[in-house]
Amino acid sequence: MTRGGLVFLSVVATVGIVVPLLNLAVPPTSPLHLSAYGVTLIGKYLCYATLALAVDLVWGYCGILSLGHAAFFALGGYAMGMYLMRQIGRRGVYGHPVLPDFMVFLNWTELPWFWHGFDRLWFALAMVVLAPALVAFVFGWLAFRSRVTGVYLSIITQALTYALMLAFFRNDMGFGGNNGFTDFKDIAGFDLQRDSTRAVLFFASAFALAASYWICRSIADSRAGRVIHAIRDAENRARFLGYRVESYKLWVFVVSAAMAGVAGALYVPQVGIINPGEFAPINSIEAVIWVAVGGRGTLVGAAAGAVMVNYAKTYLTGAFPEVWLYALGGMFVLVTLFLPRGLAGLLPSVERK
Amino acid sequence: MKLAKTLYLEKLTVTFDGFKALDSLSLYVDPGELLCVIGPNGAGKTTMMDVITGKTRPDSGTVWFGRAIDLLALTEPEIAQAGIGRKFQKPSVFEFLTVFDNLELALAGDKSFWKALVARLTPAQRERIDKVLETTGLTSLRDMQAKVLSHGQKQWLEIGMLLMQEPELLLVDEPVAGMTPHETERTAELLVSLAGEHSVVVVEHDMDFVRSIARRVTVLHEGRVLAQGSMDAVQSDPRVIEVYLGT
Amino acid sequence: MICALGGQRLRWLLLAVVLASPVAGVRLAAQAADGIFLASLGELREASFADKEAIAERIIAAGHPRVRAVLTALLEDRLYNRTADNKIFIVKTTEGDLPAYALVDPVSGADAGESPPDALAKIGSNNRLRRSLRTSLARFGLSSQDPAVRLGAIQDMLRSLDEPTVVLLRERKAVETDAGVQMAIDTGLAMADLDATDTAVRLAAIERLSSRLGSDVRNRLATLVEQSPDGTFVEPDAAVRAAGAKALSRIDSHRAIYSAVETLFFGLSLGSVLVLIAIGLAITFGVMGVINMAHGELMMLGAYTTYVVQVAMPRHQDASILVAIPAAFITAGAVGVLIERTIIRFLYGRPLETLLATFGLSLVLQQLVRSMFSALNRSVATPSWMSGTLQFNEALGITYNRLYIVLFTLIVFSLLLVVLKRTRLGLDIRAVSQNRAMARAMGVRSDRVDAMTFGLGAGIAGVAGVALSQLTNVGPNLGQAYIIDSFMVVVFGGVGNLWGTLIGGMSLGIVNKLLEPYSGAVLAKIFVLVALILFIQRRPRGLFPQTGRAAESQ
Repeated sequence: MTRGGLVFLSVVATVGIVVPLLNLAVPPTSPLHLSAYGVTLIGKYLCYATLALAVDLVWGYCGILSLGHAAFFALGGYAMGMYLMRQIGRRGVYGHPVLPDFMVFLNWTELPWFWHGFDRLWFALAMVVLAPALVAFVFGWLAFRSRVTGVYLSIITQALTYALMLAFFRNDMGFGGNNGFTDFKDIAGFDLQRDSTRAVLFFASAFALAASYWICRSIADSRAGRVIHAIRDAENRARFLGYRVESYKLWVFVVSAAMAGVAGALYVPQVGIINPGEFAPINSIEAVIWVAVGGRGTLVGAAAGAVMVNYAKTYLTGAFPEVWLYALGGMFVLVTLFLPRGLAGLLPSVERK
Repeated sequence: MKLAKTLYLEKLTVTFDGFKALDSLSLYVDPGELLCVIGPNGAGKTTMMDVITGKTRPDSGTVWFGRAIDLLALTEPEIAQAGIGRKFQKPSVFEFLTVFDNLELALAGDKSFWKALVARLTPAQRERIDKVLETTGLTSLRDMQAKVLSHGQKQWLEIGMLLMQEPELLLVDEPVAGMTPHETERTAELLVSLAGEHSVVVVEHDMDFVRSIARRVTVLHEGRVLAQGSMDAVQSDPRVIEVYLGT
Repeated sequence: MICALGGQRLRWLLLAVVLASPVAGVRLAAQAADGIFLASLGELREASFADKEAIAERIIAAGHPRVRAVLTALLEDRLYNRTADNKIFIVKTTEGDLPAYALVDPVSGADAGESPPDALAKIGSNNRLRRSLRTSLARFGLSSQDPAVRLGAIQDMLRSLDEPTVVLLRERKAVETDAGVQMAIDTGLAMADLDATDTAVRLAAIERLSSRLGSDVRNRLATLVEQSPDGTFVEPDAAVRAAGAKALSRIDSHRAIYSAVETLFFGLSLGSVLVLIAIGLAITFGVMGVINMAHGELMMLGAYTTYVVQVAMPRHQDASILVAIPAAFITAGAVGVLIERTIIRFLYGRPLETLLATFGLSLVLQQLVRSMFSALNRSVATPSWMSGTLQFNEALGITYNRLYIVLFTLIVFSLLLVVLKRTRLGLDIRAVSQNRAMARAMGVRSDRVDAMTFGLGAGIAGVAGVALSQLTNVGPNLGQAYIIDSFMVVVFGGVGNLWGTLIGGMSLGIVNKLLEPYSGAVLAKIFVLVALILFIQRRPRGLFPQTGRAAESQ
């Protein structure tokens, strides 16, 4: 654990505790009070930071530029969404005890097979991890085994998320079509609108971020991490030494996907909605820019980049909406031209491990 | 009683598009021997190494590692596992890892992802790395990034990485190309020290270097063995002079 | 009073009355007819649909000159009643969100002012009424000068063949001069014969109909062999049934062939668009190793150029597209060269960074266009020489615009081949792509070649945009819709040579269209994407991979 890492973890822990306190314990009249909106916003940032860590793991450490990672984020989000939809029960618009509103609207009479089990939290949580991991496994196995690398691989990841987006937009897929899932009522019996629930979700997001950091750091510091580094630098040499390069890439990809899925699952109850737009290619590409701006291969930089860029987005889309896309596009161009190591590269002391 | 040889190459023929790279080549390596293979360009030296390590398949002939292992039946990684290590001409180490890390990665043993995730260096392994560092003379550079090593030092590191795999037979392809005289000397010492415990086959052009290390020299020409013997015998062989050494 | 007038004046008066009376009579008669006409129209307001049919028949029988216009208006839901004074009006058009409808007097045909929509009540129609109206109107069409109108009228009539229609057809048959119309009349009469009582007549009719390919004929024959739920056949005679079944299968197999040809053509059309889009990308990637994520936006620029040219040449719509082609090439090409010199140049050897930077660029370009032209889609009109359909027969019709686009793609492709194989620039490009260092050693200015190559690829993207403008609306998101497709073509075809892109693009287009009838457009796309991911397994570098040292280093 590096010094930077320890600082990072303490910051996350502090944020995780202080922010909910500013909302719950500080009276609304005080200038220090943080509104529920503020808590949700920062919670979102934390989830994005976790996604950024996932992207940094495969890109900064393993050299795989995945332009479809938001797909895993969305898959985890949908898994959580399915659980939340089932929790609505009779409180939905149509009042059906089992079928979510959109199914009643489509005149379906029973729950599709893949919805079974999502009324239990433990199952949903398992799926949050397994669904993206499985998709990543199949995709990665196919891609890495055939030695697809570089830009070809990146394009294929784009195609993957695009195909998923098209699929989830269809009404007959059983995932809510273009409306997605929304109108959630409660999670594990706790009302989602209450500040206390929000606070717990927030803390969970902070915890997930810290845990993800710990996982990434452990991988990077282990011998496997050194092998991955070797693979990134000289793949053939690593293969020659007897390392199954494809296997390493695959497992890193799968772990990263699961991490992204968890981030998505924490995101959804906080923002209250998930729809197929989350699969849009641009979401994945935004995740990449967070890591590029912050500094890839530094983990802390990636997380910081996610928060900074999203803060800029929140601010600009509010104040100068026209400017946001210029700013985003400009960021891509400027960072790749002038800051290949991201902002972290400007700090002399940051070790690129 | 005849001792088993380490390597048997018998009647190897390799043809590339009509060109005979190896022409019914037969060659033997004794255990613990340091054999130098020399010859003009195109004589088949690299092709021979390729056949041994499994990179190229011969059209005919046999390759046996010891009495029991038919190398032609194994894949490249399997041949490496069986105990044959090859050092290529261009040094390729992992530039951004330290010398120590490079050697650690070359450790023999289970190389799967999950094992590597939880692996911790045992004292025995640590000792082994230190020993190799010593053998290759890189102890002082232990924690430096491989990037900063000189050309010669990178070559030694690579040899060190080969040694970590505990090979029985070492194939070394032009080790001293581009080295300073001092480095060349050190490399000679290194290779000589390795012989005995390992069998070493060195392909080289630098005659002084060959003279300094070789007991036995084999000259290849047009895919077959032209002459064999001590350096003196070979250098005075009229056929060799005509073809190659006539300076 | 008559006694008071002199004999002379009386004669003049009588003469005047006599002379005036025919005119007056006609006028009176006309007025009377107008009155009856108006009254009948008024009845439409309250009548049920069945009654409306009867009223329409009456109106037609009365033979007022404005019958056609009024019934057409009724058919097209443009006949309205003004609730204030219960007067019937024809509305010119209801399209768009108009604040007021322009009214036309039904009797005179003159403009009659305007009215807000909520002051009007539509005189509605149902399917049956519309069918009967169509047939009636078709009868009017029969006497038109234009054979196309006559043909259209007959095709309408085929939908409801009743006695009076058949009579009309027989009458027309005797005097018809146009061959195409004759054939249609024959078909109609044959279909009518299918209802004849005489078996021989029915058999003969089937014989005549077996060479037709239209879907209405086919369906009619299908009813011949139909079985009702209780087991009896619609057609009592077995021989007729057999003949009908035979004719049906013959028609079906022919239709299937033509349908396949049509699918093939659609596939080629889609494929040619994909080829145009991808070929610019293949060039920049093949030569420079640059994946240009802004490629879609360069296409979009070409499409917008077409729009701008059209707006600038309002009176020369037909020629505007021909002007747009070089204009788009130059515009997109210039932007391409600019991009290369300012951004790409600094990112050589770093394909992933180039991908990201060009993606950023695509966002900027999209936003720029949104600010300049607004986010709404614009449509580009098709020139008249590109509109319409080439109808081979009843089962196969090929639209001209798609045909021209396929031809256009082939022309562009050939031109590109010529440029690459025969010109100095092409030679330089090929040299640099195969061995940059060597080319530079030979004196080729590789940085200039890079700029020109990128410009060439961008220019072709612009030209692709011109083609796209003919197929779809032009908007800032045009590039995004096609970028994934173009990547797929490049990945599939390999970047080795142009032929790979051509074959790859055409195949993907055809496969996509083959899948569509079974799975729908969206699923077809998903299948193609998944299939591609699997295909990459076997051939990671595409159908025609690039060989050589430059490619190895990718």
